[in-house]
Amino acid sequence: MQVAIALWGVAVLLGTGVAATLLQGSRLATGLTYGASLFACLAMLGASCQYLLAAAASTQGMQLPLGLPWTGTHFRLDALAAFFLLVVNLGGASTSLFALGHGRHETAPGRVLPFYPLFLAGMNLVVLADDAFGFLLAWEFMSVTSWALVLAHHRDPSNRRAGYIYILMASFGTLALLLAFGLLAGAAGSYTFADMRGANSPLSALVLILALLGAGSKAGLVPLHVWLPLAHPAAPSHVSALMSGVMTKVAVYGFIRIAFELNGPPTWWWSVLLIVLAAITCVLGVLSALMQHDLKRLLAYHTVENIGIIFLGLGLCLAFSSHGLPGPAALALTAALFHVFNHCLFKTLLFLGSGAVLGATGERDMEHLGGLIHRMPLTAFTFLTGCMAISALPPLNGFVSEWLTFQAILLSPALPSWALKLIIPAAGALLALSAALAAACFVKAFGVTFLGRPRSDAAERAKEAEPLTLAAMFVLALLCLLAGVLPGLCIDVLAPVVESLTGARMPQQSTLAYLSIVPVAASRSSYNGLMIFLSIAIAALVTIEVIHRFASRAIRRGPAWDCGFPLTSPGSQYTADSFAQPIRRVFGSVIFQAREHVEMPLPGEQRPARLTVILRDLLWEVIYAPLAGGIALIADRLNRLQFLTIRQYLSLVFIALIGLLLVVSIWT
Amino acid sequence: MDLIVALILAALQIFAVLALAPLLVGFTRKVKARTLRRTGPPIVQPYRDLLKLLRKEAIVAENASWLFRAAPYMIFAATWVAAALVPTFAAGLPFGGMADMIAIIALLGSARFFLALAGMDIGTSFGGIGSSREMLFASLAEPAMIMIVFTVALIAGSTQLSSVASVMQGDVGLRVSLGLAAAALVIVAIAENARIPVDNPATHLELTMVHEAMVLEYSGRHLAMLELAAGVKLLLYLSLIACIFVPWGLAPPGSGPAAYALGAVLYLGKLLSGAFLLVLFETSIAKMRVFRVPQFLGAALMLGLLGTLLLFVSRSF
Repeated sequence: MQVAIALWGVAVLLGTGVAATLLQGSRLATGLTYGASLFACLAMLGASCQYLLAAAASTQGMQLPLGLPWTGTHFRLDALAAFFLLVVNLGGASTSLFALGHGRHETAPGRVLPFYPLFLAGMNLVVLADDAFGFLLAWEFMSVTSWALVLAHHRDPSNRRAGYIYILMASFGTLALLLAFGLLAGAAGSYTFADMRGANSPLSALVLILALLGAGSKAGLVPLHVWLPLAHPAAPSHVSALMSGVMTKVAVYGFIRIAFELNGPPTWWWSVLLIVLAAITCVLGVLSALMQHDLKRLLAYHTVENIGIIFLGLGLCLAFSSHGLPGPAALALTAALFHVFNHCLFKTLLFLGSGAVLGATGERDMEHLGGLIHRMPLTAFTFLTGCMAISALPPLNGFVSEWLTFQAILLSPALPSWALKLIIPAAGALLALSAALAAACFVKAFGVTFLGRPRSDAAERAKEAEPLTLAAMFVLALLCLLAGVLPGLCIDVLAPVVESLTGARMPQQSTLAYLSIVPVAASRSSYNGLMIFLSIAIAALVTIEVIHRFASRAIRRGPAWDCGFPLTSPGSQYTADSFAQPIRRVFGSVIFQAREHVEMPLPGEQRPARLTVILRDLLWEVIYAPLAGGIALIADRLNRLQFLTIRQYLSLVFIALIGLLLVVSIWT
Repeated sequence: MDLIVALILAALQIFAVLALAPLLVGFTRKVKARTLRRTGPPIVQPYRDLLKLLRKEAIVAENASWLFRAAPYMIFAATWVAAALVPTFAAGLPFGGMADMIAIIALLGSARFFLALAGMDIGTSFGGIGSSREMLFASLAEPAMIMIVFTVALIAGSTQLSSVASVMQGDVGLRVSLGLAAAALVIVAIAENARIPVDNPATHLELTMVHEAMVLEYSGRHLAMLELAAGVKLLLYLSLIACIFVPWGLAPPGSGPAAYALGAVLYLGKLLSGAFLLVLFETSIAKMRVFRVPQFLGAALMLGLLGTLLLFVSRSF
């Protein structure tokens, strides 16, 4: 029974967290913690795979006498939970493997080791929980442990600020979810999901908005993403990988569970809300990523973009299912879930790569890196695979899920609603724009970090990462390729999940000839990643062979040409900022109010010229800064309430009581 | 038997795109020279150039990585595969189902990704400038292309080029959205092939070059691969325009040898007339400043989006 295995895995993780606290300072602590985490994750990964692959597996429930005394804690494994269990533990296993090799670079292991397995346990529990109490407890546990990990290097003031904003946003998100569950439970007040499924809440629109606020703030949906690019990079790299690659997916799970399953049948305008937010998220995320020169922050912003792609798929699914089109809805949901899986793979891979770079050079600022492909060739290779996958380039996996999303968009003229008819093509254009900008972003990330000449001594002296670290990255890179060339198998694995939520599924893919994928009909569209991969490989290898055999294979090394004037200083290369300058000028002048300020010394002056770029975060200025100011103002005013006399307090209590009684008497 | 014939035809198409690409380049150069009242090199000159480059030793910068040496082959292979998937003289060939229009664009995106990385590998300022600008152009040209695909796909009910061609051969009529898509596709094709007014394939004037800046460090067989890939890409775009907007003469699957021969002749005619029009346009216009290009490509994006929107509003546009 897989749910039991999963719960035992969680128990092992919780125990490991306790053991890591006890083993504080011991040399074995690192190996034991990550080894046990790896073992637990692999066990749960196996259980979830077994569940998903078993034909027509039935849902498995389990009740433990924990938590609230009259309900206990319910756990349940269905197709949706099993899929997300797979995602969580695939990410968890690879980061644990990475950390087994990379752990010695950690300067404050005592602040990382106890929380790491607890964080994993929290994410697993969210996925397994089957009642609101357990869900919220696990959700908050996940938030708090990850917050502790963000603060692992708390001496850096920017990390402290990141942690502060993160815990605020996390609390806000949990509050929203709490209210959402309260509405779902209704007057009867039953907190098990089983009861919520049956009851149709009259305020389902409010539930959706609250779920969007709660899960969206955790996932990084614009405009609730502000904490994400601060907090994800602040944590140690393997934890960043977990937060970006996995925790955002747990948030997506929470949203799907509430909005698609517990909340009853959807209304069409929900999808409008979702699609608009998702499209803005895509473009704003990738443009912000392009403006960064901190490698980890770039990756974190890029997570925002990918969350946008996932939510776009979810929005399309809602649009189709609210209009009674289960077939296209299944396609859109498959695209979204496939992107969840893909993003888990490549974002984890890229964050691990950035961790390897950080370990080897101590730098995450790309302006101080460069030329690492020579000194860290294997890391560079895996990072390149990740970059290609995330830029949605065939034959890797990122392309397939975006392709499926485009196919879903192409089915949307069938929708009768005019708002959707106008919004969906615009969202499609923004999705295409963000995919193209993503390629630019990762040319920049890879090109500046790994190519060119080293821009600092640290980059020049870098050493290749440890074997286990590399093994983790190679496994993920291989999975990216496999998911890209065998997408049909992944789609078939997703079929029961999609069927349970939309009532339809995509056609069976694995029986098609040559492992093609055909979303609707062969005359409409088809794609074959395996054949594309093989043809490119064969074409390239045959060309190389023919040229080397019949033409020339002589090679001579010489100085760079550079139109006759190669400059020796590595400072003459294009930097991360100069690479993004044209895009900043075209897109950023409105969105970020980007301004360039040039300070030119007069002739004869000795000081250097200076170029200052000013980017403004309009969302922060428009939403968060006034909000924070308002709250501070109110808090200041209310501060007076702390210094009242006992008479005044008693009268306040009395007024409150009268007020509440009045409300109750009017209500009923 | 049918399968063998189809496979032979597919192989023919795969190698025809390769063999015709230098001819197309030679033809455009010749026509361009003639319109400028020069004699110009013979049409077969690109073949000679390629052979010469292939036989020379490759000079590679001291700090070049494996990526720099592998990139030309990857770029060439991806472009070749993409070009072989566009129907040229016959529709419905085997392998056509391997990728639809979106995948073909994405394959070109893969090639461009490696080209931009190769430009940054040596760590020279020109390589960087080329890569940076190429990615800027691509960031607008690619979505524009996707919107064009949307427009065409909504009319044809398919993103598969063979199906699109067969629908377009039928009674589609003159449509506003198709006109918008055609205009947008021409703009994208000009930008993607580094032609004037976006880029100049013949320049080595430092600050104006984009594509040439990225391949500045290449020589010998590597440069030959890149030149050939550029030729194949030009051929791909002309075939794409021909296949979508003037699909007449494409031999349907299972037709007789006469139909195939007619298709091949017509295809050659379409290619050459496309190249001729391209050159006429090129010689009649001045090169743009770099930051004008986003507006030019933005226009393509808007045209494509408008076409798609019109079709979402009503299928009859």
